[in-house]
Amino acid sequence: MSADVQGGVTGAEAPVLLSVQGIQKIYATTGGGGVEAVRDLTFDLRKGEFACLVGPSGSGKTTLLKVISGLMAPTKGKVVLDGTVVDGPPRNMALVFQEYGRSLYPWMRVAENVELPLKVAGVAKDERKARVAEALEAVGLSHVPKSYPWQLSGGMQQRVAIARAVAYQPEVLLMDEPFAAVDAQTRADLEDLVRSVWAKLGLTVLFVTHDIDESVYLGERVIVLSSSPTVILDDLHIDLPAERDQLETRSDPRFVELRHHVYEQIQKAKTYTGDTNTIRTVA
Amino acid sequence: MSGRIVARRVFMALALPIIIVVLWWVGTLNDTNPFVPKPVNVVSDLVTVWAGPLLVEQVVPSLYRLGVGLGGAIIVGVLLGVLVGLSRVARKLTGPLFEFVRAVPPPVLLPVLLLVIGIDDRSKIFLIFLGCLWPVLLNTIDGVRSVDQVLGDTTRTYGLRGWSRLRYFVLPASMPRIMTGIRLALPIAIILMVVSELYAALDGLGYQIMLFKQTFQTGPMWAGIFIIGFIGILLAFIFRVIERRVLAWYYGQREVESSER
Repeated sequence: MSADVQGGVTGAEAPVLLSVQGIQKIYATTGGGGVEAVRDLTFDLRKGEFACLVGPSGSGKTTLLKVISGLMAPTKGKVVLDGTVVDGPPRNMALVFQEYGRSLYPWMRVAENVELPLKVAGVAKDERKARVAEALEAVGLSHVPKSYPWQLSGGMQQRVAIARAVAYQPEVLLMDEPFAAVDAQTRADLEDLVRSVWAKLGLTVLFVTHDIDESVYLGERVIVLSSSPTVILDDLHIDLPAERDQLETRSDPRFVELRHHVYEQIQKAKTYTGDTNTIRTVA
Repeated sequence: MSGRIVARRVFMALALPIIIVVLWWVGTLNDTNPFVPKPVNVVSDLVTVWAGPLLVEQVVPSLYRLGVGLGGAIIVGVLLGVLVGLSRVARKLTGPLFEFVRAVPPPVLLPVLLLVIGIDDRSKIFLIFLGCLWPVLLNTIDGVRSVDQVLGDTTRTYGLRGWSRLRYFVLPASMPRIMTGIRLALPIAIILMVVSELYAALDGLGYQIMLFKQTFQTGPMWAGIFIIGFIGILLAFIFRVIERRVLAWYYGQREVESSER
């Protein structure tokens, strides 16, 4: 890590909320061996942090997120959320997927989609309605509660997914390349939306992306991952002003500097071989 | 929908049947064979013989058995299909058995059922039930198995488990396949309804048609066969109305997807 981009620690006073400890994930294969997707990952997220995980495609980012969210058990290591080891999807966590078209229930209207997790969690009807309305308002979709998701554009569908996550009132919001499948303009809008939701609600966000610009623009912290089997190559503090602006921030010399640095790391990540060959097939 | 479009649709639906009836009418005009039906006779028999008490006496029992058999098959098929579809162990256990039982044509079972259950309604209902069960059951299993992975993950992360997972995710997601199973079951139900009434029956459409045949009343016999056809059309129509409601989201989504391509 070069000295000029090494930042301080974000919110050093804030307690650790999410702790990823020595995660390794090996997928069993039919040949009897295994493919090691994630090698060894350890990092802590403090309460209220906005961290981006960035890595080349095929760097086990989705695997990692599935392990963190409790959808998948790690081969080794553990995830601790708020003092409790994660062994299934925790109540205080929400996940936004890249495939917006496949993460909303097509047989339910927009408001019903947002409301369902609350209904199942036993939230009283009045509060449910209020939270749904508030969440839709926050993502700018107050006007389409009665539409079906497939009647909306991709960007709007992803907004519904974000509204659902927000209404659920999680402590940690995980996002798995949520904007990879939307057009550039929509993407910029959604980036700002996520920043404003984060700032307003004091969430802790872990945002996975392969887009370097996006990671630097969004995050207070960027964790650079190697290609699979994944290890952490760099963990840097993004000391840009909290108020981000698509034009201002992106032309800020500091942004360019940080972006440059992450880019270099990613290039290294691509060529990072480690002892991959011996590990690819773990017996 | 404007009147013109409706008129056009009705015309398209009726054009071919009308042509066939006209050909039939012309072809049998000078026929003197009493076993060859003429359209005019069939229609007059439909009105004079069937319309009235006979229709109620013979068609109502048939429809009752069809309704109970088909309804039971849908309920049991969906329940069992969901249970089996959700469990890999259950799928592996039942797979070979289902393939075996499915390969046995239901009409073959009728003599057995008559002996075991008796000649009353129950054996007939059971035959219809058994024939309709397989398409519903097997399609439900497939539907439950092929629910979307991402949607499944979403369901898990939001804490939907047990009944709520079933109610809000598994059942609606497999509904297109369940409806396919029911659609396949409809003609089977009608076939088995008639077949079950050909032997050892005391009433029903099949029974009455056989009776007309045995007493050489060709016209009323043919009229009865037409009634079976009309029941088929009616069932298909009812099914379509229900399907359009239940799967409105599915067809809507498909329409959007195909227009984007």
